[in-house]
Amino acid sequence: MLIRAELVTPELNLVNRSFYNSLFTMHGTIMIFLWIIPSLSGLANYLVPLMIGARDMAFPRLNAMAFWIVPPAGLLLLSSFFLPGGSAQSGWWSYPPLSIQNPSGNILNGQLFWILAIILLGISSIMTAINFVTTIVWMRAPGMTFFRMPIFVWTVLSAQILQLFFLPSLTGGLILLLFDLCFGTPFFRPSKGGDPILYQHMFWFYSHPTVYVWALPAFGIFSEIIPAFSRNPLFGYRSVAVASLGIALFSALVWVHHMFTSGTPNWMRMLFMLTTMLVAVPTGVKVLAWTATLWRSKLHLETPMLFALAGVVMFLFAGITGVMLGAVPFDLHVNNTHFIVGHFHYIVYNTITVAIFGAIYFWFPKITGRMYAEGWGKIHFWLTLIAANLTFFPLFPLGLQGMVRRISSYNPEYAKWNFIASLGGFLLGISILPFIANIVSSWLRGIPATNNPWRATGLEWITTSPPPRENFAEIPAVNFPPYSYGQPQAWAGENSPQE
Amino acid sequence: MRTHKLEQSGNWWERLLPSGQGDRAQERGIFGFTTFLLSETMVFASFFVAYLYLRHQTTNWLPPGVPRMELTRPAINTAVLLGSSFVIYFAEHALKHHQIRKFRWLWLTTSVMGTFFLVGQMQEWKGLSFGLNTGLFGATFYLLTGFHGLHVFTGICLQFIMFIRSFIPGNYRIGHFGVTVTALFWHFVDIIWIILFSLLYLWQA
Repeated sequence: MLIRAELVTPELNLVNRSFYNSLFTMHGTIMIFLWIIPSLSGLANYLVPLMIGARDMAFPRLNAMAFWIVPPAGLLLLSSFFLPGGSAQSGWWSYPPLSIQNPSGNILNGQLFWILAIILLGISSIMTAINFVTTIVWMRAPGMTFFRMPIFVWTVLSAQILQLFFLPSLTGGLILLLFDLCFGTPFFRPSKGGDPILYQHMFWFYSHPTVYVWALPAFGIFSEIIPAFSRNPLFGYRSVAVASLGIALFSALVWVHHMFTSGTPNWMRMLFMLTTMLVAVPTGVKVLAWTATLWRSKLHLETPMLFALAGVVMFLFAGITGVMLGAVPFDLHVNNTHFIVGHFHYIVYNTITVAIFGAIYFWFPKITGRMYAEGWGKIHFWLTLIAANLTFFPLFPLGLQGMVRRISSYNPEYAKWNFIASLGGFLLGISILPFIANIVSSWLRGIPATNNPWRATGLEWITTSPPPRENFAEIPAVNFPPYSYGQPQAWAGENSPQE
Repeated sequence: MRTHKLEQSGNWWERLLPSGQGDRAQERGIFGFTTFLLSETMVFASFFVAYLYLRHQTTNWLPPGVPRMELTRPAINTAVLLGSSFVIYFAEHALKHHQIRKFRWLWLTTSVMGTFFLVGQMQEWKGLSFGLNTGLFGATFYLLTGFHGLHVFTGICLQFIMFIRSFIPGNYRIGHFGVTVTALFWHFVDIIWIILFSLLYLWQA
């Protein structure tokens, strides 16, 4: 909100430039590493064992360790605001040579804290990834074959495989950056023969796939909510499951599209333009499947479904602008403008965060054993929908007009759209209030929920709400396909496993 | 826990990684550790790629005034480290056949060989005429060998813990998950060293 407040007017009048740099750097870092990744890991941590019929994750102690790394790392990151030189200011990419400047001259500086915090969070993420992959491969209930797993589990599996193989490259890059910053090594210093482009490769080799680490579970959430509220089996289950792996695979081969203007040779640009467009294929499969699931169905428009539907539509928007950006000629024009910021926020807020809201409403009865207040949920939804589009849509025209990102003052001709976006930003801040109020009061005083309030399929719904400490009184046996909506023989909602 | 007789799906991967939670904590643990090693391989891979990338771009890789590195001492270190991989294999083998004394003896030999390697590399570092700040050549050399050395040290610590644990009565009668994992880690450290030795020492032209 402070960022948008500064951008209400073209002139610089609220914060000074370097504090503005700190703000957008920390905003990006905190939202990515301390909001999206932990909240999705937490959700998956709760749901995956339930969905595959396991009592817990494969390595509970490792799980606890991974969790308890996060708060100290977060504190480390936040404490850098109080350092004499302020926090890191080089954006969430921390590109050298900017990130190895250390203007304050202190040994303890914001950039160092930033690097250490991200390395710690990376270690935590690797622990989590090991745990998820092992859990999904080894802990499935009897009869829960791979092609009987809910899509959410498939997407978590794909996302965590990505973490496992690609996060190390960021860690490697950050270790080199740390050496450059603290010990004066020349890895990324052009003056001593190093090459800052190398960092960009190491950074994006992870940081592009990481977008899918966040987006895939969001797709999984859509795939759970949409069939449940349209009372139809998920269309093309196998294709959607395999598409998750497909997205993971393709996303690993596109990282240079972030570097079209980094002196990248033409053949490389063409190659990565092609691979970028290819990602649209498996994602298109998913969008088609969700749409086809809705076909000729009886829609129940409760809050989770509203969030899921809005999320899919806005994801389409984000995806299409993504394909536009993947095209080299277009990218050269809008590179480093608000168009990118708009595209990115349509993914991270309007798709992923919206999906997380939907998931919280959907599984709230299961987690707390109480129902949320439907009316307040709907108010939250409409406020979010309006505010989010009001905030992030203006960034597209601004980008096309050429407004560069990461600046605290701008030319007066951009004032109109910026004003709208700032208005939306404040509304977005307000829109979270009914959500918090609803969650807190429903958790304390809500109507007790039944085991399966949505009459959904999936193993998590046969146990009690909230589940007992070990998830199931008795491990269920599975002998039916997933999403068997409208097929009475497969699911009667009873508590006993079928033999 | 009740067991259920259910038809297994016919896919080969289902047979390879069957569902069901039985008492398979050990297999699960080894699987998890293997995924960790794969991830760790990627950290090293990122350093290798960075090394090759930088080396490819630089015209004079060896900075002026720096002589080529001697091969004798590192070659001896390498031989000892590689040999220890065989020793640890036989140690594990002995434990599988319940020969706990033989296991301890071979296990300790591995640690001694590992320590020999570490001390040897430290002396090697001391004798070199370039430092961390001697261009990309020095920086990459110390980063790669240092990072690997850290892994060797971790491996020796793990071996030490497993050695102590072998004295707890009955501890290694049922399973020896920790021993298997430590041995896996040791082989991993060895393979990485083979690559490093080739990149840094053999390929000096």
